[in-house]
Formats: sequence, C-alpha cells, structure tokens
Amino acid sequence: MSIIQKTATEQLALLRSGEITSVELTQAYLSRINQIEPAVGAFLRVESETALTQAAEVDRRREIGETLGKLAGVPVAIKDILCTKDTPTTCGSKMLQNFVPPYNATVVEKLRSADAVILGRTNMDEFAMGSSTENSAYHPTQNPWDTSRIPGGSSGGAAACISADMAPLSLGTDTGGSIRQPAALCGCVGLKPTYGRVSRYGLIAFASSLDQIGPLARTVEDTALLMEVLAGHDSLDSTSVDTPVPAYSKSVHQPLESLTLGVVNQHFGEGIDPEIEAAVKQAIATYTSLGATIKNIEMPHADYGIATYYIIAPCEASSNLARYDGAHHGYRADHAEVLAELAEDGSDEGPLVRMYRKTRSEGFGAEVQRRIMLGTYALSEGYYDAFYLKALKVRRLIRQDYDNAFGEVDLIIGPVTANPAFAKGEKTSDPMAMYLEDLYTVTANLAGVAGISLPCGFTESGLPIGLQLQAAPFQEEKLLRAAQMFQNATDFHTRRPELS
Amino acid sequence: MSLTRQDVEKVALLARLKFDEAELEKITKHMVQIVQYVDKLSELNTEDVEPMAHALDIQNALAEDESRPSLSRKEVLKNAPKHDEEYFLVPAVLGE
Amino acid sequence: MSDAPYEIVVGLEVHVQLKTNTKLFCRCSTKFGKPPNTQTCPVCLGMPGALPVMNKKAYFLGMKTALALHCGIPKFTKWDRKNYFYPDLPKGYQTSQFDLPMSEEGYLDIQSTKDEFEPRRVRIIRAHLEEDAGKSMHDEAAGKGDSRIDLNRTGTPLLEIVSYPDMRSAAEAKVYMQELRLLLTYLDVSDCNMQEGSLRCDANVNLHIPTDHGVIATPIVEIKNMNSFRSVERGIIYEARRQYDVWQETGKVLGELPKQTRGWDDSGQVTRAQREKEESADYRYFPCPDLVPVVVTDEQIEKVRSGIGELPAGLRQRLQSDFGLSTYTAEVIVNQGRALVDYFQELAEACGDHRLAGNWVQGEVLRILKDQEVSIDDFKLTPSQLAELLKLIQAGDLDSSKAKDVFTAMLESGKSAADIVEDLGIERVDEGALEDLCRMLIERNQRVVEDVKGGNEKAVGALIGQAKKENPNVNPGQVRQICLDIIQNM
Repeated sequence: MSIIQKTATEQLALLRSGEITSVELTQAYLSRINQIEPAVGAFLRVESETALTQAAEVDRRREIGETLGKLAGVPVAIKDILCTKDTPTTCGSKMLQNFVPPYNATVVEKLRSADAVILGRTNMDEFAMGSSTENSAYHPTQNPWDTSRIPGGSSGGAAACISADMAPLSLGTDTGGSIRQPAALCGCVGLKPTYGRVSRYGLIAFASSLDQIGPLARTVEDTALLMEVLAGHDSLDSTSVDTPVPAYSKSVHQPLESLTLGVVNQHFGEGIDPEIEAAVKQAIATYTSLGATIKNIEMPHADYGIATYYIIAPCEASSNLARYDGAHHGYRADHAEVLAELAEDGSDEGPLVRMYRKTRSEGFGAEVQRRIMLGTYALSEGYYDAFYLKALKVRRLIRQDYDNAFGEVDLIIGPVTANPAFAKGEKTSDPMAMYLEDLYTVTANLAGVAGISLPCGFTESGLPIGLQLQAAPFQEEKLLRAAQMFQNATDFHTRRPELS
Repeated sequence: MSLTRQDVEKVALLARLKFDEAELEKITKHMVQIVQYVDKLSELNTEDVEPMAHALDIQNALAEDESRPSLSRKEVLKNAPKHDEEYFLVPAVLGE
Repeated sequence: MSDAPYEIVVGLEVHVQLKTNTKLFCRCSTKFGKPPNTQTCPVCLGMPGALPVMNKKAYFLGMKTALALHCGIPKFTKWDRKNYFYPDLPKGYQTSQFDLPMSEEGYLDIQSTKDEFEPRRVRIIRAHLEEDAGKSMHDEAAGKGDSRIDLNRTGTPLLEIVSYPDMRSAAEAKVYMQELRLLLTYLDVSDCNMQEGSLRCDANVNLHIPTDHGVIATPIVEIKNMNSFRSVERGIIYEARRQYDVWQETGKVLGELPKQTRGWDDSGQVTRAQREKEESADYRYFPCPDLVPVVVTDEQIEKVRSGIGELPAGLRQRLQSDFGLSTYTAEVIVNQGRALVDYFQELAEACGDHRLAGNWVQGEVLRILKDQEVSIDDFKLTPSQLAELLKLIQAGDLDSSKAKDVFTAMLESGKSAADIVEDLGIERVDEGALEDLCRMLIERNQRVVEDVKGGNEKAVGALIGQAKKENPNVNPGQVRQICLDIIQNM
C-alpha cells in the first residue's frame, strides 16, 4: 500500500519511528496531486515549495531530537477561506484575487504550532456560498467518484482532496452544511464542531453566527486528531468558548457502552433518494447490532430550517460583505470605465458610489450577489420584523427541538443529504433547488450543535452516501466515539474512487 | 406581498450593486421565488418566542486596555487598490 | 430673545472620545496625532476574517459618565451594526448600540451666569458606546481628484450622549456643552478637546412659531461640523433665523419634509445643505453576531458610582454653603477643574479665612496660571505657603498692594512670606504711631480738612500719599479711615 493510502495516524507513527521522512511523505502527495489534479481540480493553489521547506524543517528538528507538535510532518490542505500570512487568500472569489493577508488565522497558527505541513489552498464556492463548488470564480472541482459530478460545497476542494488521496487531512468550513455535505458526497469524514469550539479569528466571514471551521479526513480517528489541534478558546474571538479541550484522539477509541440514537420522523418524508434512505436505515441497524437503542423523535420545526437559514445567513452576509467595496483592499473597478459608464448613463450618482457598485457587481459572482440582495432586503425598513426577526424566533424553536431531543437521546442519527452527488450544471439555474441541498444540515448550524458526516454506503452507480450524527453542544467526544464504533464495524471509509 | 422591479432596484442601490436589464429581470425572478419560500415561516406562531441572534449564550467577552503593536503602514497599504505614500485613495465624495 | 416671533427648540447629540489606551474593539493605540495609517490592525481596518473584542475600560468609563449624568444602567446591553457605505468606514458598518443601549434617561442641569435664561434641567435620552470612523480628506483646490483616507481614528471608543429637545435657545445649547465638557474633565474620561475632535456636537434644531391657528413646528434640521462652543451658538442662531425665513416663504411644517442635514460653515458663518446625506439612510440595524452582550451586577455599578467623586454642580453649591464664597467666585474656581478646587480647599483650611482664600485663588493665582500658561499642578506655591501670606494680610500686617508685592517676590525667589517681608523691610506700623502721623499730616494740610468737611471725602487721598512718603509701611486704608475719623471729630 502506498504511503499516501495510509491514514494520518499511521503516517505519524511512521514519521516518529523514522521509517519515512516528512519530505518523502510530502513529495508523495505532491506527485499524486500532479497526477490527479487535472481531473479533480481540488486545489486553487498547490504550495509545493513552501510545503517541502516546512517538511524539511520538521525532519531536521526531529533529527536533532526536538519536541515536535501533534501533527509533525503530516501534510494538511486548507480551504482558501482561512487567512494565511503573506499567502494569497482568495475565498474563491475575484474580489480577493490579489488579497494577501498580513496575519494568520488562529487555526493556521495552531497548525503551524502542531508542525503540520501546509500543502495548499483548496477550492470552494465563492465566499462559502454554495453546495457544489460550482460558484468558485476560478474553476469547478470534480467529484473523484464521478468527474461529471460535483463534489458538494462549499468545501468541495477540501473533501475531494481527501477522497482522491491528495491530502491526508484538510480544513473546511461549515455554515449550513459546507463540511458535512461535501464529505458525504465524496465519501470521507467531515466534522462541524459546536459553535464556539474552534476560533473564527481569520476565517473570512460569511454568516458569523453560523460559521465554524472543522476537520475532514478519511477516518474518524484522523478527524479526532485534527479536531484536537483546532479546538480551544481564543481571546481574539469574542464568540469562542473557554472550556477545556478533551483528548479527542485518545477517547475516540473508547466505544460508548450505552448509546441511544434518535431517528427524526421528519427526516424520512418525501423527497429523500431511496438508496440514501436504505443506506441510512442499514447504518441504524448496524448501530443496533452494536448495542445501541434506537428511538423515534420529533423535531417539529425541522422543515423550517431552510427558510430560517436562508434569511439569517444572507442577512449576516450582506453586512459581512459590505467591506468589499474597492476602497481599502481587494478588487476595484477600473476608474476610467466607471467614469465612462457614468457619462453614458447620464446618472447623477457620484464616481464613488458608481465605483462601489461596479466593483461589487464585477468582483462578486451571481450567487453572492443574490444572497447580498436577499439579506439587504430582509434587514431593510419595513421587512426586518417579518423576515429577520421572525427567523431569529424560529431559530429559537429549532434550538428547543434539539434541546428536547437531547433530553431523550444521546445523538441524533440520519441522512446528510437527500440525494447523492448530482451532475454538473444540474442545479445551477435553480437557486431554490440548490438551497434544498442543505435540508438536513442547516439546523445544526442554526442551533449551534455539533454534527459529523461519515461514509455509510454507496449507490448502485458507485456514489458515496453519508451518515450524519449530531450531538448536543460540546459533546464532540461522544460524536467521535460513536462514529468510530461505526467505522470499526464497517469498511465504507476504506473504499477509494478509481482515478487514473 | 410581491417584490417589484422597483423594490429590487432600491435594494440594489442600498447594497451597492448594479444590474443591467437582463440581470435585473433574473434577480427579481429569483428573489420573488426565494422570498416566497422563506415566507413559510409566517405559518408559525412565534408570539412569545425570544429571538436567538447568537448560537450560544455567552456574555462579557472583554479585553484589558493594553496596547499591542499596530501594523506597519506598508503592510496596511499593501492591499489597497489605490494609495499614495500615506493614504488610501478613493474617488471624491460629492458635496464634501 | 422673548421678542422673537419664534421659539427655538434644540436637542444635542454629543460624541465624546473616551480616554482609553486602546480602541474599542482592538488593541491599537489611540494616541492623537500619529502619522496617517500607522495605528491600525486587521480588526479596525475591517480586513477579511478579523474579529472585534470589547475594551473593558471603555465600557466602565462610559458607565461612569452615564452615572454622573444620572442615567439608569440596564443590567443587559448589546451591540448592533449600523450599515452604510462610506470610505472612512472600512467594514461598511459601524458597531454601535441600537435598541438596548448601556444607559438611558438621565439629565444635566444648566444655569446662566449672565442671566440669559432660567435654570433648566436638560433631560438625556441615552448615552451609548460606538466606534469612531476614520478621516476622509478632500482637497478642494485639487478639484475632483481623490479623497485621502486615514484610518487611524477608526475604532476609537465614542460615547454618544443624546439629549431630549429640551433646550430653548442657542445660549442654553452653548452652556450645556460647556457644562458637559466640565463634567467630563472632572470625571477624567476624555480630553474633551473640540478642536482635536475628542468632543463633537451635532444639533437638532427646529422652531415653534405661534400663529393665529396655534403653535406650528418647522421641520427638524440636523446641524453638523460645529467645532467650537462659539460655532454651536452661532450655528443655532443662524439656522433658527434661516428656518423662520424658509417657513415664511414655504409654510412647510414638521412632518411635511424629511429631516435635513446641514453643515456649519465657520468661515461663511452659514449652514449649508449636505448633498450626499440627503438620500434617506436605511441603516438596517441588527445585532452584531461577532460580539456578545455585556451583563453587569448592582455591585459593579455601585463600585463605579462610588469612584466618581464630587462633580461641578455639587462643588459649586458646597463652596458657597460651606465656604461662604459668592456664586461668581465659586463658579470661577469650579470651572477651572478639580485640581484648583482642591487647592482652594486646602488653602482655605490652612489660612482660616475662606473668602480671602477664594478671592486670592480667583484673582492672583488664576492670573499667574493664565499668564504663565501653567496648570495649578505646576504652580510654585503650595497651599500652606500661600496661606502664610494670607494670614499676614488677615492680621493686618500687609495691605493689599504690599501683599501683591510679597506674592510676586515669593514666586520669583521661592522664599517664604515671612522671609520676604523681612527682606523688603515691611513692618507693621504701630497704632499709636499711625495716629500721630495722621494728626501731623492733618495739621499740615488745612485745605484738605476744609475740603473733606465741605463734603469731598476723596480729598483725603492727598494725605494718604504723603503718609506713604513718610513711612512706606503704612496701610493706606487705615490712614484713610483714621484721617477721616480725626477730621470728623474736629
């Protein structure tokens, strides 16, 4: 078995024992990327030089006996939404094509302190808005299992590179399902932490009360390891919680003696693909065989999740993206063109206002503009109560559904998506159809709870199916332990796509 | 409650976006569709429900009043689309 | 003003830059006057990914000020985003407080020392925290070129104090500003410098005009850009007259026009309509998801309240009631700040004659401070040193002009009053000797006696001059009194 087919945990052991060097490991991934990237397009930028330099440095320090970090020498790919000092960070958008942050996101600092090797920047839907990575301003990403299909989004690149063995670990972000959904569609593991578990400092904001950074990997064990490095309080993030970080990588191997899983009646209504339903139900049966108790529960407001999310997220986004106006950083429309346009229009708008409008219309893609428009509308005078305020109230009801559920069960089990990976272009002309991709995932973000997606089967045509487990706030340990139980009893996570 | 083109044009100005004829038609259509969908929430009675603006219930994230180094001006202006030695430069605001 | 055909109604919105080391949401320094764009970081620049963290000191300075203004402090307060596009606002929104501000419903009492208005309690609607924007500079001469943006000031903590429209004249508005500024310096929460921009004022002005059909109100106008107390007063007077003229022409009343914004032009001494601000702003306020609420306890509030110390209004009262000072003297001393009040109190207690102490502080001491442009903290005489001099005056050993000579010499030489008196050879003149001298002068100056007896008391002045020639140590006042007494009895 090639070194790149081993898990990060296994690779760490080999690195520690001296059987491989980080340079060798990194080189192996770079070769794989070279070979496979043209077909997959998971990366916006591969940073071979800096990666090898970092790898060499870790090897050198290991050699002289220095104490090294938890991920020492292991390559990690990062979604291009995390500010990295002196490294172009585009957020998948033309607006930030030339943006070079003068600072590191806290999670990037943590990766560097853990001595990880940063492989490159993964592709994403622009400003994290999308469920297929088709909204990237640069190029789409193909699903490694069927390159005519999308990998999911917005962390499509982060999921695809795991699935295609182009990186053992990656970082994604999840606002309405953007880690869990691509993980499900690409057949890998993806975890959205409890809101506040991981610092958002340096995460280019989409919807601040919903965004979280999380790990993607092939196995639950690797996910737990990366999670342990990412989690923790940050005094630079007012919404980050000061609560101890459990040793996820150790406890993950302790199965749960007693486990009650909740199956939500609302999840298996019309519209769910029968193959997905079957695979998820099979997974539930697997848990039963492992000793878990299954309970049917009600989450009466589950069907209102999408409507709630697609008010709150665009509202917050419309404000978060106001800073992209061409004045201080990022793209700015050509001044001569601005003036020419004004002259042609005969408008009495000043050059500044026209510069703003032209900059934003040219710098943002259609989906981003759509959400900004929706959010601006929903917050505007006369509509605030009916939309934004109303959505915040339903959010509370959704949270209450979760609180009630976790009073009865340990974890909630169910599907991640209603359908497997769809074809490129299939949903791009129908925004609502794309939004409904998030059906099973948005409520976790709204409530702030943790959720994990792990492989639980394949369709007849060989497309991955994901299983979602959700836990009460700060119960990631329970989530990981339960997920590990499933991976001990199944081998879906070991299957690989056939890529030449 | 249906969104008109005029409503959309007003929102576009507020949001500092600009659409040509074809785009305006498209975005109006999409917004109507989405607004219709999210209006689903009016089915629910939320009279005595507290709004939930934050995902968690924390308070008092306060920092001590101790200064930290600022960025150098070079770093600050590095990403500016237009600047001189000292300032960001933007088209003049009318009436100033 | 009561003859005017209208009543001016004024509400003031005052922005106070709080005296913290760092900005409201980041730890950049707030020092004034640094080179452009050298005091910023990803947070106050609004860079992608940056997040705000609230400055604890700013919150408590805000609370202290609100308590001094008799405001209520809600136990729960939150932060909201005010969204609009402007080049001095890098995030495209200002973090402020909308529906649950940190304090509300207070007041500031004002009174006129020049009898321009009756004492008034100006009610305060609220005082809340918000971040300042940067500076946008446009070179008029350069024509339609670019504006230059300096973001050093972005993120500086501001306390916005909003009054009810309780004021009824430009004079009241000016005194409100002066009194508020004085209060803020006593609290030591701000540099309060209108020229530097650490104290800013916008006025909301309209008129109440009595007509045959009842009192009508004109549309409200907001006036900005008044950078001194004087411009506040002049701006309001000008605007009132302008509104009256416009009303006479157009007849438009409150509610018929949207609120207009006008800028005060100090060189032209007029208000001008501000074009960009005409577009009705929809700020789309909503709770800032990056900041969490602040919750305070009664204990915390009491602790802040107990640290406030005596404030101008109370001190003015106390200096009159406990120290017997005149209203005017109390006013003068209090207006100079807490340090001078402390100096006065120490001086008064040391010399025992409160009024004398008051006169000297208000007179000689202040004169020196102004001439030498120093503060009382740098004044060369301690209260006990000056008290020594005042005791000599009290005892009658020094008349006022000699006392001033001694005072000057004390400042110059650093010697004590006693030493200077000895150096200058000032001696108390014995009562008997003084009377003898007076009798002698009276004998010598029969014409003066006739003039005085004829009704011209002032003629005795000639005797005073002669007396001083005979003995420079005589107290002119005493000479005058003794001579008049002797002449009276002749």
